[in-house]
Amino acid sequence: MSTEIMAPASEARAMDLLRFATAGSVDDGKSTLIGRLLYDTKSLFTDQLAAVEAVSAARGDEYTNLALLTDGLRAEREQGITIDVAYRYFATPRRKFIIADTPGHIQYTRNMVTGASTADLALILVDARKGLVEQSRRHAFLCSLLRVPHLVLCVNKMDLVDWSQEVYERIADEFTAFAAKLDVPDLTVVPVSALRGDNIVTRSDNMPWYEGPSLLHHLERVHIASDRNLVDVRFPVQYVIRPQSTTVTDYRGYAGQVASGVLKPGDEVMVLPSGFTSRIAAVETADGPVPEAFPPMSVTVRLADEIDISRGDLICRPNNAPAVAQDIEAMVCWMDETAPLRVGGRYAIKHTTRSARAIVRGLHYRLDINSLHRDESADELRLNEIGRVRLRTTVPLLADEYRRNRTTGGFVIIDEATNRTVGAAMIVEAS
Amino acid sequence: MTTPAAYQVSHLDALEAESIFVMREVVAEMERPVMLFSGGKDSIVMLRLAQKAFAPANVPFPVMHVDTGHNFPEVLEYRDQRVAELGLHLVVASVPEALASGMVRESGDGMRNRIQTPVLLDAVEKHRFDALFGGARRDEEKARAKERVFSFRDEFGQWDPKNQRPELWSLYNGRHHPGESIRVFPLSNWTELDVWHYIARERIPLPSIYYAHEREVIERDGMFYAVNEFFRPRAGEERFKAQVRYRTVGDASCTAAVRSDADTVEKVIEEVAATRITERGATRGDDRVSEAAMEDRKREGYF
Repeated sequence: MSTEIMAPASEARAMDLLRFATAGSVDDGKSTLIGRLLYDTKSLFTDQLAAVEAVSAARGDEYTNLALLTDGLRAEREQGITIDVAYRYFATPRRKFIIADTPGHIQYTRNMVTGASTADLALILVDARKGLVEQSRRHAFLCSLLRVPHLVLCVNKMDLVDWSQEVYERIADEFTAFAAKLDVPDLTVVPVSALRGDNIVTRSDNMPWYEGPSLLHHLERVHIASDRNLVDVRFPVQYVIRPQSTTVTDYRGYAGQVASGVLKPGDEVMVLPSGFTSRIAAVETADGPVPEAFPPMSVTVRLADEIDISRGDLICRPNNAPAVAQDIEAMVCWMDETAPLRVGGRYAIKHTTRSARAIVRGLHYRLDINSLHRDESADELRLNEIGRVRLRTTVPLLADEYRRNRTTGGFVIIDEATNRTVGAAMIVEAS
Repeated sequence: MTTPAAYQVSHLDALEAESIFVMREVVAEMERPVMLFSGGKDSIVMLRLAQKAFAPANVPFPVMHVDTGHNFPEVLEYRDQRVAELGLHLVVASVPEALASGMVRESGDGMRNRIQTPVLLDAVEKHRFDALFGGARRDEEKARAKERVFSFRDEFGQWDPKNQRPELWSLYNGRHHPGESIRVFPLSNWTELDVWHYIARERIPLPSIYYAHEREVIERDGMFYAVNEFFRPRAGEERFKAQVRYRTVGDASCTAAVRSDADTVEKVIEEVAATRITERGATRGDDRVSEAAMEDRKREGYF
């Protein structure tokens, strides 16, 4: 990988990548909206459309059900439901987009949390006729919990409220007031009609009072470069490269993906948990050395001194290090239907490239994600429930607060008997 | 140097970084990984990424080809050349051998898509592979759009779409019991066009059949099949010469070509960018069986 943006003949201009999660149900017109984005950016293929039309007709649907585009599994088609997160792709000349399309009804929280964990932006839909509903607030809360940097509220079906500015503004104001109570760094509200295409790709003539961008215009231009943490150097060591070769001898490189910060040759660094210090001798890729590395680059770092470093260690700066901590306070979203999280339970965890075991020492409260009420009498977390949990780990985690670092602040909880991923945790405090 | 555009990377660089991360996770955490390598463009890109992930060391795992016996000679030649260049160990899981030994029987329609699954699973068991890299992409097919990057398979190699592990951030859970395995898809988030842009950027050579050439074909169900030892025209199907190329390369008895004048990578990119039909829809007889053909095969252990 080169840090310079090259523009080879094949790539007229360098596009960047935006990942976004969509939340809502078919009733809100979410599938229509996604179908519209795909269709209008020519990312929907004729054979896909023909297949959907055929299935819709066979089922007796009155209109072509674009939800069938993403609902590919047999059970979904038979039951007319969406089971899981589906990923869709489209591109414009400016950007490539990855949509994590999360269903509204079944195991909603688990899927939404999964989709939001990697999203740069979340798109929430409301029906203009109904205004904000419980679900809209829940979506907004989960986006803020997962620290999705950008939020877009689409007030859909504006055609059914006579393109009313008043209706739009009432919903926008109410949502903005609610979002102010949450941690939502950037909020944009767009009035749209997904069915008719108003304000999706181009500005609508039906709503001259709206002066903002179309949805696609916003998605193409929303500034995401600054969302990356370029301050705190965090490089979890993933793998040690030591060629067993006669031509390359004495090579020792630490491979990993930069979680945050900028690494440059000559920088003084510290390795955790040992605390040894050294200097960066080189930052390399297969294409040669690079002058600096930043997220999300996958590189190999070589140090000036021979230090014992292995997978799970972390390279940072001596004056800016994460906590080396075994007592972890975290917000946990429970994802397992077979057994709840209980105080005293023991689990495996995976945090960056580090694996450990943990015991649940306490459950401070369970959060009602509709009212944000804290239930301090709770003694377990069931599927799709969220609570604040205290854990003790067998080995120290090299951890930051999740609000400061989504990579070094998040971990997953794994059931040691079944090996299933049963929980997602966002660190609030580590000591 | 000039500021690298406010510390931004291109979408290809971001995809490359993600794929390399995934491969390193597998090698660090799994005992016996193997990479599926057919000589098709996606597996070729995947192999290039593997070279990059572990440089200057060699690719630290063998490659495996599930050989249906219905091969395009250009692709087989490419496979062997690549393997030799990189000094890789190649495992061939051979369907013809499995037919000869009686492990599998030819299906009625002569297609070997379904019978390659037991052959694959047999090789996995014999070599005790616990992680299998595959070049499948989520944009290819509806069932694949819902599969994880780390896809857990039970001791029968089966995929259970309703019982998948949640996959958050870049934390992949590869834990498994003996006999179980993980299929890993480092190209999950790549599209057909991304793959071609990458082939152009990295100047990766491909088997010649990916580029336009003249070939004797017949037309069936709107697709162009090459006439060869594995594919015979039916009565009434007329042979004719056409300028074609392959968008996908699979079993030679069920992979069709598309009409094309794209004889360079730049022209292919233009063509792929303009096309309105998916690559599997345009070229795979095996996916046309039913709406859930791919899901059904995956449940049986297919990639």
